[in-house]
Amino acid sequence: MADYLLSLIIFFPLLGMLFVLFIPRDNDGLLKGFTLVVSLVTFVISLPLAFDNIFATSGGMHYREFYEWINIGDYFQMNYNLGVDGISLWLVMLTTFIMPVTVLSTWKSVQKNTKGFMALLLLLETAMLGAFVSLDLFLFYIFWELMLIPMYFLIGIWGGKNRIYAAVKFFIFTAVGSLLMLVAIIFLYYFAVESGAQISGFSIQDFYKLDLPYNAQYWLFLAFAFSFAIKVPMFPLHTWLPDAHTEAPTAGSVILAAVMLKMGTYGYVRFAMPLFPDALQTFIPYLAGLSVIGIVYGSLVAMMQEDVKKLVAYSSVAHLGFVMLGIFAMNQVGMAGGIIQMVNHGISTGALFLIVGFIYERRHTRLISEFGGLAHKMPIFATIFLIITFSSVGLPGTNGFVGEFLALVGAFESNLRWFAVIATSGVIFAAIYMLWMYQRVMLGKVTNPANENLKDLSLREIAVMVPLLLFVFWIGVYPNTFLDKMNPAIEQLLNQMNNKQVAVVEVYQPVVAKLIEIK
Amino acid sequence: MDANLVQEAIQNVNFQAIMPSLVLCVFGMALLLVSVFSPRGKTSHVAWLSVAALVITGFVTLMSWNNPQAGFAGSVVLDNFATFFSMICIIAAALTILMSDEYLKREGYPVGEYYPLILFTTAGAMWMASGTDLMTIFLGLEVLSVSLYVLAGFFRRQTRSNEAGLKYFFLGAFSTGFLLYGVALIYGVTGTTKVAGIAEFVKTMPDATSNVMFLAGAGLLITGFLFKVAAAPFHMWTPDVYQGAPTPITAFMSAGPKAAAFAAFMRVTIVSLDSIQAELITVFWVLAVLTMTVGNFIALSQKDVKRMLAYSSIAHAGYALIGMVAWNEVGWSGIMFYLLVYTFMNIGAFAVLVLVGKKGEDNLTLDGLAGMGYKRPLMGVALCIFLFSLMGMPPTAGFAAKFYVFAGAIKAGYIWLAIIGVLNSAVSLYYYLRVMVCMYFKDPEEDFSWVTMNVATTVSIVISLAAVLLLGVLPGPFMEMAMLAVF
Repeated sequence: MADYLLSLIIFFPLLGMLFVLFIPRDNDGLLKGFTLVVSLVTFVISLPLAFDNIFATSGGMHYREFYEWINIGDYFQMNYNLGVDGISLWLVMLTTFIMPVTVLSTWKSVQKNTKGFMALLLLLETAMLGAFVSLDLFLFYIFWELMLIPMYFLIGIWGGKNRIYAAVKFFIFTAVGSLLMLVAIIFLYYFAVESGAQISGFSIQDFYKLDLPYNAQYWLFLAFAFSFAIKVPMFPLHTWLPDAHTEAPTAGSVILAAVMLKMGTYGYVRFAMPLFPDALQTFIPYLAGLSVIGIVYGSLVAMMQEDVKKLVAYSSVAHLGFVMLGIFAMNQVGMAGGIIQMVNHGISTGALFLIVGFIYERRHTRLISEFGGLAHKMPIFATIFLIITFSSVGLPGTNGFVGEFLALVGAFESNLRWFAVIATSGVIFAAIYMLWMYQRVMLGKVTNPANENLKDLSLREIAVMVPLLLFVFWIGVYPNTFLDKMNPAIEQLLNQMNNKQVAVVEVYQPVVAKLIEIK
Repeated sequence: MDANLVQEAIQNVNFQAIMPSLVLCVFGMALLLVSVFSPRGKTSHVAWLSVAALVITGFVTLMSWNNPQAGFAGSVVLDNFATFFSMICIIAAALTILMSDEYLKREGYPVGEYYPLILFTTAGAMWMASGTDLMTIFLGLEVLSVSLYVLAGFFRRQTRSNEAGLKYFFLGAFSTGFLLYGVALIYGVTGTTKVAGIAEFVKTMPDATSNVMFLAGAGLLITGFLFKVAAAPFHMWTPDVYQGAPTPITAFMSAGPKAAAFAAFMRVTIVSLDSIQAELITVFWVLAVLTMTVGNFIALSQKDVKRMLAYSSIAHAGYALIGMVAWNEVGWSGIMFYLLVYTFMNIGAFAVLVLVGKKGEDNLTLDGLAGMGYKRPLMGVALCIFLFSLMGMPPTAGFAAKFYVFAGAIKAGYIWLAIIGVLNSAVSLYYYLRVMVCMYFKDPEEDFSWVTMNVATTVSIVISLAAVLLLGVLPGPFMEMAMLAVF
């Protein structure tokens, strides 16, 4: 079973999608129910990963799968090369976990073309899972680009008023970045071939061992970092995010925030940083600077938003700043903080988008000024919303605290001390914009008569939120469940990067000269 | 005539070397007769017989895979290279014929001669691919062109189609003149028209790169080919001809004859002009960038989908030219794989348009496609997949193809060219996405009730779709074939 578990996890949703295509299109209930079952089964299949103790003892890649895929001699070779370590483990789990939650949230909100919606969701799940476990850069690229297609349609078909603009912007922004990365990937491959290294396909584990000269690393890192920075998104490349989030349907926003943004941060951890450690050293101050700007800027802009969904979208920019700062700290604490913050952000921001969806379904508006005093009418909703707000703010006892705290401590202990100091202000800002928003929407008297007859959450809606709340507290109170399995992988990653930094400059100079020479 | 010479010529005749095109021509002539004796307006049987002829020709062609045959005193050779390109042309012709029958009936021109003309075009294309003498290549080019002039203007009572035919004829004749003049100059310098002979002569020429007559000849020759390839700045005819010609013919022209032109172009430049490769590469670099950029940027502003695809076809010729700049085996086999993939994805896209069009095809604009994805979901999905492939999105074949040519360029060190190439792809995203925006993100204004599925066109779409996905997910074996086909 373990031999092909990853393939099963990746392709089960795709299989489900093929079945969805054969369900009659007006059978709404069956379509949603079937998709829910498929995503739940995927989650159950992926559970053995989470319970496997091997991640707590060894930091390498496990559940490896390796098949030759395309092999045309000297020209190029690609393999179907999968594996999961303590870092990707939690992102895979996050993905399989968030999918059923998302599907459940669509019950009322998606009414037109349910069939297409469900098929695209499942296709998206396959693409995201594939990207997290690919160890062959070519394979990774295929899944990475494939993600764009379903999301483009999710935003464009089921989105809000401005959906066409948002969908096209989302697609073109992300595609431009990845196309440049494609050039870098091919260059990296031919560099490896020319330098005579033993490589099997586009395997990143082989690429890790390459001794790339600094000038090549410099450009390659830029290409990778640019592509991932768009996806994260880092300031100033974030402008597609508020548009995409605001226009996307709730389910789309949840997946976008919870999983797809993690692709960018994961890309840094898995590819951009360990592949080009020397160039990384040069760029860390700039990237950390952009992260901090993202934190402060995202928070300030979030504060001024009148639309709840836009507020949450900008808060994402700020939160991901913390993730990036923790990762760039390049120490055990910071990395662990950054990675656990990825999961946290998936849970809390996913939950916030669901909450926004709940009130939007009831009132068909998201403007803060339209609300006020909802707590009197919807006590259960108010409680859940408050917990999630605290989690997003980073109150101790919730997951947000653990992640932000570790990330900041890590950054403070590293060279990025002053960045950490400024970034801490983001925590305060977060408290301001989140609590202020909560106050305006939920507390006080009901001033708008339209809110008089709002119904509290239904059982289904509570069922959507309960799993998320569970993890808010689990990670908040006992993060070691997650950290223990993450640490060996982080340790290995850091060791590998530190050992590699013994700069190799001259050895392969001729090869680079040959490749870089502009004719 | 010297008796020995005659004997030698007869010995050198090897019908094996032209067997595929011979078979096709015989079928073509037979079908001309069949269509003469058929009742007026009944053409379906001619169409199906033509497809059968192409299938048989395909098998005959494939028999010479890895079994090269030279004939006619070395002026024709059926090697893997020729076989590969012949197969592209045969596939293009077959897919085109499949979508033509209902289309011709709808447009009111159910004329049987249409099909033999496509077969003759294909035969001409196959000669171009297998010609190793500039004269044979020219012969193939003429057979191909003359048939295509007729096909482009086939709707004789339609002004647009007339314009397409006439324009194609005038500019085509002009470019043929260039080509012939180039052949004459090269013959003047080298004393031979054999591709290999020219190469040998040039190798011994001390001043190959400064011999004005030779360079002028090479330049004119390449210009002639690039005209057929529709590379900028020789692309001016393309939009009007592509827009005016009957849609299946547009699809065919952009795939089959274009591939044939590439075949001849590649064989002549790579084999004969190897000695001046440094100069050629610079020229191709500029042309590739120009072609991609012109095609993509003008396509951005097109409202007519057929015309947009015409400009996109110019851009795709530009991507393929990247493989020529690379001047290595990855690049060359990349071009071949690219053209194979392009045949499927482009003809597939046109086949969907053929189904969606009304009589006269005035509705094939972006607005005319509004909401098409909801009214005709299967066709919508198919067109989307073809468009994603044209964009170069994985996991479709278009991505594998682009990857292949870009890999060639990067391997050869042309990083900037690859970057310009991917940025061009980024530009192209916009106009392809816009079609999907209309199909899915806009509400339908019409009910698309005139769209009826017919077996033949559906078969054509399904084959193209299957190929686009197969070549995208498992491109290995086909890439390997392309690799084996490079000389």
